[in-house]
Amino acid sequence: MNVLIYLVPLALLLGLTGLIGFMWALKSGQYDDLDGAALRILPDDDIAP
Amino acid sequence: MAETLDLSQFVERTDAGAAHMTLAVDGVGCAGCIRKIENGLTKLPGVIDARLNFTQRRLAVDWRDNEIGAADIIRALEQIGYQAHPFAPERVEADDSRQAKWLLKCLAVAGFAAMNVMLLSISVWSGSVSDMTAVTRDLFHWLSALIALPAAAYAGQPFFQSAWRALRTRQLNMDVPITVGVTLALALSLYETATHAVHAYFDSALMLLFFLLCGRYLDLAMRRKTKLFAGNLASFKAEFAHRLDANGELTRLPVSALNPGDRVLVRPGELIPADGAVLTGSSAIDESLMTGETTARTVMPGATVYAGSINGSGALTVQVVAAGTGTLVDEVERLLDKAIEAKSRTVRLADRAARLYAPVVHTAAALTCIGWLIAGASLHFAIVTAIAVLIITCPCAIALAIPAVQVVAAGQLFRSGVILNSGDAIERIAETDTIVFDKTGTLTLPEPAVDDAAIDPDLLQQSARLALSSHHPLAAALSRRAAKRVPYPGAVEESGRGVRAVIDGVEARLGSAAFCGLSEEDAQAARDGDASCIAFTYGGRSTVIPIRQSLRPDAIEVMQALSKRGLDLMILSGDRPEAVRPIAERLDVRQWLAALTPAEKIAVIELLKSQGRRVLMVGDGLNDAPALAAAHASLSPISAAHLAQAQADALFLGDRLAPALRAVIVARQARSLMRQNLALAVIYNAIAVPIAVAGLVTPLIAAVAMSGSSILVTLNALRARLGGCRESIMPSKSGDGAVVATGGMAEPLLSPAAQPAFAGHDNAELVS
Repeated sequence: MNVLIYLVPLALLLGLTGLIGFMWALKSGQYDDLDGAALRILPDDDIAP
Repeated sequence: MAETLDLSQFVERTDAGAAHMTLAVDGVGCAGCIRKIENGLTKLPGVIDARLNFTQRRLAVDWRDNEIGAADIIRALEQIGYQAHPFAPERVEADDSRQAKWLLKCLAVAGFAAMNVMLLSISVWSGSVSDMTAVTRDLFHWLSALIALPAAAYAGQPFFQSAWRALRTRQLNMDVPITVGVTLALALSLYETATHAVHAYFDSALMLLFFLLCGRYLDLAMRRKTKLFAGNLASFKAEFAHRLDANGELTRLPVSALNPGDRVLVRPGELIPADGAVLTGSSAIDESLMTGETTARTVMPGATVYAGSINGSGALTVQVVAAGTGTLVDEVERLLDKAIEAKSRTVRLADRAARLYAPVVHTAAALTCIGWLIAGASLHFAIVTAIAVLIITCPCAIALAIPAVQVVAAGQLFRSGVILNSGDAIERIAETDTIVFDKTGTLTLPEPAVDDAAIDPDLLQQSARLALSSHHPLAAALSRRAAKRVPYPGAVEESGRGVRAVIDGVEARLGSAAFCGLSEEDAQAARDGDASCIAFTYGGRSTVIPIRQSLRPDAIEVMQALSKRGLDLMILSGDRPEAVRPIAERLDVRQWLAALTPAEKIAVIELLKSQGRRVLMVGDGLNDAPALAAAHASLSPISAAHLAQAQADALFLGDRLAPALRAVIVARQARSLMRQNLALAVIYNAIAVPIAVAGLVTPLIAAVAMSGSSILVTLNALRARLGGCRESIMPSKSGDGAVVATGGMAEPLLSPAAQPAFAGHDNAELVS
């Protein structure tokens, strides 16, 4: 059972990373325009004709 | 005359000459639009950044003030092909958006903590039947406490704050039992962990918070979506006024930027932007938006005019007055305040459930504790069992039951062209048994149309093309019929009389009967009751063109379908009786009253209320606003006056009346689903509570029961989406609707005693 000593903190750390990632995305406005994001990838104007 | 556009009200200026503005953009529909708008604007010199929010249909533009102006940007967008309207975000909207972000953060924290605690809990549950030692179990419990306590302290804030607010005003809401339950569950778990007990309930407390936050967030998201949409629409409709400055220059500026004392120029056909007194000019003004009265009122210098009326044939200079006492709008607002006060007394279904729920649950928990003590159990066991009762009955399912249905039903309504102003509107619309309609703009289309039954098509086309050169509102209705949308060259408008032009060497005239050389008798002959007339003469031929309010295209079918569903229908109009009667007859509505003032409309609704009826008011005018607020539920077309829109529970889009029927169908279905959901929650409690009272609740049972009931309730709510499609909107073509419509009305809505009180007003003059 000694394996828990590092497995449990590791699991918590991973979860916490996800939470911080979500908070960052929320703060930087990535959830402000959900429909627009889906459409913005469609035009391929970054490729030279 | 030189004219400048003043948009400074909408522009935020930052340091170093940079400016920022938000625009609501009309007609954005695809990925190409985003690119066209953003690229088109950033190409302009001086524009720093342009970013379109597709979800909100709003465009944020930053530019350097010395190189380009706000008006140039709007003009540039117009050239690209989009109508943009400056948009001033309301404070309510900003508050909501902050609140939504906060709830989302709480939701994320609760979700993260619930998942991690569940990971530990499942280990403990499976460990208890295998080989987990007591030391490892305690470690896991302590770890759960470490995660759960700070997470609950953060994520529980929306509930704790709301419960505190309610308690301070000595009231009970749903958040009080939630707060009590969560706090007790956490405290008990902490105590059990410290005393090396087998069971801890950290997971239940967090899961409870997670599901509840889901419900809260959905509820808010629905209301935000409506407000967003309504905000954009308001800016599309925002009116501009022409302010006449001291040096004689004209400035075009948003109506909201007008101040008392300003002088404004109102051209023929324009809306009067503010309450005021006429300084110069004379005209006939159409006040149908406010009073429902379709006949124009003649105004001279010194006359008082009200915001929202349409100026007829002459240009007016109006001095804006402060909203003083005695104006029509004030009268309407005073009535509104009273009506809103009365309305806030209706209790929402969820609150009714909460009021019943809290005392029952808390009594049950107390009885459990006392019962076990009497039965000779230890104090510790009695308290633990009582708390288990509180945890398991925590209103997870109840708190989700109603918001989930509301969200699904609101989405369903949104797709059929109805947008909700308030979340509990669905319940109230479902409860109604009587529908009261306004006439002008509600049963009829907001714009008048030409009745071309007896008119030579050639003459109609010529008159319609000539009408393009006129500013008169009646001419505007006629000009919509013009196939060739090019005005005749050399057409001259004679203010207050009409337009004339020379077509193929022969003079044509459009306007008043006298202007066209017709006698008053000729004009009277063509007029039948509710129509307004415009005369046209070309060469030797002349005609009188009736222009009337036409019914919404599906009004007859919708009215039949509504009465088939057992609803009593009624028309209350501010218009003349002779204009209301034909409409009521065509729609087969037996109960109608005409020439009512706003106060009388309220009186009729109060009377219906006192007969125990629940009234759904459908109306659009300023004069309907108090009645809309007084009614049990209310609905307005999107073309309604601003004040009426603000009062309506829901708005419907488009030229058809079908959304009104749809609103009733979806609302009734949603209400039955809400009731089912509450019943499910009750059944769940009926099963879970005896187990809890018996002291048999393990954390595993609590977790399964709680999430199980929440998921069941959510799935049931989703049925609102499936079921709504099955029921057809239109009645079958068998034509039996009319029979039911008349047969269903066994008793007149108004008792004979009440009728004379209003009958006296049939011929009375309206608000002057």
